[in-house]
Amino acid sequence: MISSYIGYYSLILGFILSIILLIYSIFCFKKNNKKINQNIFSILFLQFFTVVLSFISLIYSFIVSDFTNETVYNNSHTTKPLFYKITGTWGNHEGSLLLWLLVLTLFIFLFIIFSKKQPTKYRLLSVFFQQIIICGFFLFLLSTSNPFNLLFPAPKEGLGLNPILQDPALAIHPPILYLGYVGSSIIFSASLASLIQNNINSKWAKHIKKWIQTAWFFLTIGILLGSIWAYYELGWGGFWFWDPVENVSLMPWLCLTALLHTIIVLEKRQLLKSWTLILSIATFTLSMSGTFLVRSGILNSVHTFANDPARGVFILLFLFFLIILSLILFFIYQEKEATPQKKFFLVSKETSILVNNWFMMYFLSVVLIGTTYPIFLEVMVDEKISIGPPFFNKLLIPFLTFFLIFMSLGPKLNWIKDNYKNIKYSRIGLFLICILISFYLIKNTSTEILFTSILGGAALYLLLTTIREFLVNKHNISQTISHFGFSLFVLSILLNSLFSSEISANMKIGQEVIYKKEQIKFLSLETHKKENYKSVIANFEIIDKKKNSIYLYPEIRIYNQPNILTSEADIKSTIFFDKFLVINLLKGEEIFNVRYQTKQFMIWIWISTCLISIGGILGIFKRL
Amino acid sequence: MFGKKVKLRLLFLSFIFLILVLTVFLILKSLEENVVYFISPTEIKNLSEIDSKEKVRVGGMVKKDTIKLNQNEISFVITDFKNDINVIYSGAVPNLFSEEKGVVAEGYLKDRSFFNADKILAKHDENYMPPEVKEALEKNK
Repeated sequence: MISSYIGYYSLILGFILSIILLIYSIFCFKKNNKKINQNIFSILFLQFFTVVLSFISLIYSFIVSDFTNETVYNNSHTTKPLFYKITGTWGNHEGSLLLWLLVLTLFIFLFIIFSKKQPTKYRLLSVFFQQIIICGFFLFLLSTSNPFNLLFPAPKEGLGLNPILQDPALAIHPPILYLGYVGSSIIFSASLASLIQNNINSKWAKHIKKWIQTAWFFLTIGILLGSIWAYYELGWGGFWFWDPVENVSLMPWLCLTALLHTIIVLEKRQLLKSWTLILSIATFTLSMSGTFLVRSGILNSVHTFANDPARGVFILLFLFFLIILSLILFFIYQEKEATPQKKFFLVSKETSILVNNWFMMYFLSVVLIGTTYPIFLEVMVDEKISIGPPFFNKLLIPFLTFFLIFMSLGPKLNWIKDNYKNIKYSRIGLFLICILISFYLIKNTSTEILFTSILGGAALYLLLTTIREFLVNKHNISQTISHFGFSLFVLSILLNSLFSSEISANMKIGQEVIYKKEQIKFLSLETHKKENYKSVIANFEIIDKKKNSIYLYPEIRIYNQPNILTSEADIKSTIFFDKFLVINLLKGEEIFNVRYQTKQFMIWIWISTCLISIGGILGIFKRL
Repeated sequence: MFGKKVKLRLLFLSFIFLILVLTVFLILKSLEENVVYFISPTEIKNLSEIDSKEKVRVGGMVKKDTIKLNQNEISFVITDFKNDINVIYSGAVPNLFSEEKGVVAEGYLKDRSFFNADKILAKHDENYMPPEVKEALEKNK
C-alpha cells in the first residue's frame, strides 16, 4: 500500500519537475549564457530519480504481491515465480508505459551529459522538446493509465500474468525495444532543436550519429528477441508472420535504417539536410504510432491485454500535436538552400545512399499500407479483411534483389563523383558465377527457379564482396560487418524457406508416422506438478535415414491462474538445421496434434541478425 | 523554350513521378489480389455464388461434440448459432482450439456447407474472442 503512495506521489513530483524544466529551459535560452545552468542538470537528475523511485516501488509491489494495487492485482499472482513477478512489472500496459517514461528521462539525462561539445542553446532546446514528450507521457500515465490505482478491499489473489508472456526472452524484449523506440525520441528532439538553431552541419551529424546508432542497435536486438520468442513459443515454427504488431516495430526500423545512412551523407557532404530532418521526425512518429496501435487495442493480438478507447484517443491526440508542431517548425525554420548548390553526381556514394533511402521508403510504404489498410477499410466500409504474407512477399522480395546488388556496389563508390567505368568486368563475372552457384544449390526446389537463383546469387555476391572488403579494407569494419550480416540473413532465410519441411498428424501414445524417410515415434507421456502449472511432457523419437535417432520432449503447460494452456516446442538446433516439434491437446488427453518441422539454417537467421546489430555497436565505439 | 538545366530537371521530376505512380499501382494491385475477406456461416448461406478459388476466413464457435479425428485430418463444425458450416482441416491446431471456443479458419469454400481449411488461427487468451467472431455471434443472438 505504502509503496503505491510513494510511486504515485513521486510520479506527480516528476510531472511538476517536467513543467518546471519546460519553463526554465526557455528562461535559460533567453538569457544567452555561455554555459548551461547547473540547475538544469540537477532538475533532470531529480526527475530521473523520481521516475526510478516510482518504478522501483511498482516492482516492489509486484514482488510482495500487494493486491491493493490494481495493476498488481490484474497481472500477478502469488504462485508466480519471483523472476516473472519482477518482469510482470512491464508485461502490462501501465507498467510498460512507466518503463517508457523511465527510458525517456534516462536518455535526456545522458544526452545532456554527452553533448558537452555542442552549442548551449541547442542543448537547452533539446531538453525543451524532450520535456514536451515527457510531459505528455506523464499526463497520459496519470490521467488514463495510473499504475498505482488502489483497490479496496484488497483481493486475496491476483488474476495472474498471461502464461505465454512468462518467458525469459519476452521478459527483456520490451525494455530493449523501448530503448530503441525512445532513442528515436532523442533524435527527434535534437533534430528540432538544431533546426531552430540552424545547426545542421557536419559536427551535429557526427554527434547525433552516435544516438542514431544506439537507437538502431537496440531496436534491432529488440525485434530479434521478439522474433525468437515467437519462433519457440507460438508453436508455428516461423520467425516472422507479418502480423500487425510485428510490422509496427519494423516500420520505425526501416525509417531509422534510412536515417542511419543519410546521416553519413550529411556528415561528409553537408547534403540532404531537410531529408534528414524528415526522417528523424518520421522515425519518432512511427515509434509513437506503434505504441498507439499496440496499446489502443486497434490491433487484435497478443499484445492487447486491456482495451481502453480513452488511451487510444489520448495517444492519438498527442501524436497529432507532435506531428503538427514539428511540421510547423519545419516550414518556418527550414533553411533555404542559399548555400551554393552542391552537385549530386549520378555515380557517387551519396547517390548510392540516396538509392538505399528510396528502397527503404518503398519497403516502408508497403509495410505501412499492408498494416493500415485493413484498419482503414473496417472504419470506412465496415468490411473485415486481413492481408497475409503473400502480399508482403510479392511486393518486397523482387525489389530485394536490386537492393542487394546496389548494396554490393554502393559502398565501393567514391564521394562526390565516381565513374561507372570503374566497375570492372571481373565483378560482372563474379556475379554471374554467384547466380550459377545458387542455381545449382536450389535447382531441385523452387517453382520460380530463375527468379530465386538471381536473388540467391545477389545475396551470395554481396556476401563475397563484403568478405573481400573485410580482408582488404579494414577502415570501415562496422559497415562491412552489418552488410555481411544482411547478406547472410537473406541467404539463410532463402535456404530456410526453400528446404524446410513439415508434417502434422494426430497421434496417440505408441503410434508412429513416417515422413520423408524419417520415422516419428510417440513413445511416452509424463505429468509433473510445477509451481504454477501442470506440465505434460511427451517423448518422441525421430529416426532418420541413417538410423540415427534423436529424442524430443515437447511440453504442454496447463496453467492454473489464469487457466490457459501453452505449448512449449522442443527444438534441437545444429548449424545446419533445427528439428522442431510441438504438440497440442485435441480432445481429452489422449490424442495429440503433433507438428514436426525441419527448419534448415534456422540458427543462421539469428546469428546474422546479431552480426547486423554488432556492426551498429562497433559504429558507436568507433572514434568516440 | 526552357533552358537545358530546367529541361533536365523537368525530365528528372517526371521520371520520379512515373516511378511513384507505378509503385502505387503495383501496391494497390497486389493488395487487391491478396486480401482475405472474413465471413460468417450465415453470410456463406446468403452468398449468391461460391468462388472456390478465393481464399476466405470463416469465424464462429466450434460446435459441441463435432470435433472428429483421424490420423491426418480434423473435422469440425463452425457455428454462429444460426447457421453451420463443416470444416475439414489437416495440419497443426493452436493451443486454444477446442469445442465451444471461438475459432477462425482460413481456406477455401467447397460449397455452401463445406470448407477446406489450410490454417487455423492462434489466439492466446482464454477469454479472447476475435472481434470479427464476437460481432458475428452477437448479430445472431
